[in-house]
Amino acid sequence: MSVLLKIENLRGGYDQQDVISGLSLSVNQGDFLVVIGPNGSGKTTLLRLATRVIPLRQGEIYYQGSNILRMHSKEFCRKVAFVAQDINPGFSLSVRELVLMGRIPHLKRLQHETKKDIEIVEEKLKLTDTFGLKDKRLDALSAGERQRVVIARALAQEPELLFLDEPTAHLDIGHQVQILDLLKKLNRINNLTIVMILHDLNLASAYANRVALLDKGEIFKEGSPAEVLTYQNIEKVYKTIVLVNNNSVTGRPNVVLVPGEKP
Amino acid sequence: MFLRRRFLILWILLVGAVIFGLSKGAVEISLINLILKDNQTILNLRLLRVIAGILVGSGLAVSGIALQAVLRNPLAEPYLLGTSSGAGLAAVTAVILGVSRIYLPLAAFLGAVASIIIVYYLAQERGMVTDKSLILSGVIISVALSSLIVFLVSLFGNAAMHEMNWWLWGSLQVYDYKLLILVAFPVVFGIALIYLFAQDLNAISLGEEEAVHLGIDIQNVKKILILVTALITASLICICGIIGFVGLIVPHMMRLLLGANHRVLIPATCLAASIFVILCDLVSRTLFAPIEIPIGVITAMIGAPVFIFLLKRGKKSL
Repeated sequence: MSVLLKIENLRGGYDQQDVISGLSLSVNQGDFLVVIGPNGSGKTTLLRLATRVIPLRQGEIYYQGSNILRMHSKEFCRKVAFVAQDINPGFSLSVRELVLMGRIPHLKRLQHETKKDIEIVEEKLKLTDTFGLKDKRLDALSAGERQRVVIARALAQEPELLFLDEPTAHLDIGHQVQILDLLKKLNRINNLTIVMILHDLNLASAYANRVALLDKGEIFKEGSPAEVLTYQNIEKVYKTIVLVNNNSVTGRPNVVLVPGEKP
Repeated sequence: MFLRRRFLILWILLVGAVIFGLSKGAVEISLINLILKDNQTILNLRLLRVIAGILVGSGLAVSGIALQAVLRNPLAEPYLLGTSSGAGLAAVTAVILGVSRIYLPLAAFLGAVASIIIVYYLAQERGMVTDKSLILSGVIISVALSSLIVFLVSLFGNAAMHEMNWWLWGSLQVYDYKLLILVAFPVVFGIALIYLFAQDLNAISLGEEEAVHLGIDIQNVKKILILVTALITASLICICGIIGFVGLIVPHMMRLLLGANHRVLIPATCLAASIFVILCDLVSRTLFAPIEIPIGVITAMIGAPVFIFLLKRGKKSL
């Protein structure tokens, strides 16, 4: 198992305040890594630092051995793609136009998309089951459809590593499972490495091969779902009483809330 | 198919507008007579106005598109960064100082450029220019310079007043064809450059973070596009003063009709804005001929109701 992304002693944040302080983490090729943690623990900031949206204040991030800050922005985006919670197209665009943007990192300024680019886009639309929507306007889609389209755009970048920031936040359970099953399939069959933030601990438990629990800008615990999702860890970080039993379907930890109790 | 047909319609309308703009005017002359030797001067004058109309329309509307996308603000327009009041103040000051008319376009150009530099400088925070601070400092500088214009006009009266009207409401009366040619270079070059950034503009209109995730060097792209729009606007102010509404309204009309893909939007808007400005100019010089009404008045009077109609209609079909 080779290391794809290596984060060393990372520090960064906004204004004067550090949100991430001294965090180290490795992502292996083929990982389905889910990042969990309370609000404000630095999950989104970690993803923003790792995708070069905000500058690092300290530490290094290596992608397959090369420092990501020294990589050309298009080169980086041919390897690493990102899916946000939701997108808000300022102006009205069609699904096809949006997914075609995923080819930007592969094109030079004067270059127009070739037949090959169009084929890749259509392939990704089919893969995410959105081909039938391709001529629709984005604002005419449901939240679940829109999220699949955004994933199609990320896939059109043909990345090796896909970051997702709570891709299921606005979806009902049916659509949550649909999106996560799709990602699992991409992870298994297409060998796409996935790093994803999730709030739902049971979804994290069901889909991740590794879980990283963040607290106050540092990794509190990292490992398999069974290693991380213990009641001791959760109670300590989330400051709430939970019961952890075994999910009889997945055989993985199942976190049950205990209402009205304070640790 | 759908797009090709709409483009064809736009081309036909443009040809119609050009013929109309050449054949109609304060003096009624039939089209055939215009080509005769005696009327060559009139034809030439009208041709200059039509060419100016195409340049002004395309330049302002494409600048509007770029700024609306880059600043992610539907109210952005080419004069947002203080160019209008900067140019106006410089022109009025030049008139008061008794500078020869020939140098007024130069004064206006310099005024526009100076105001953009000030606005851009003020908007900088730790080497970064944020959209909000750019818009804010643009508005502040515009208001400050406008008050200076009114101050000067109140002190120095009529001559300055007349000049101010011309600059602030615009005219396509081209005094000098050499100046038109000179202005055409930066405008055409600027539009072409913005078109090369069409896909970047698509990405940026999704948000800056989204654009970064697609490998776009957002700070540089923004800087380039803001400077290019400033260059286009300042150049156009030299020949036509300030013509409002074109850069704001025509892009939105085309978005409602054709969608927001900048690869389609930019060429379509060039055509539509050219048609719009040529026809507005025609109205401005024929409605109460021989009195010429400033074209900015006409663009606003025609543009606003057309836009409201499209907006109401567009809402239903969305």
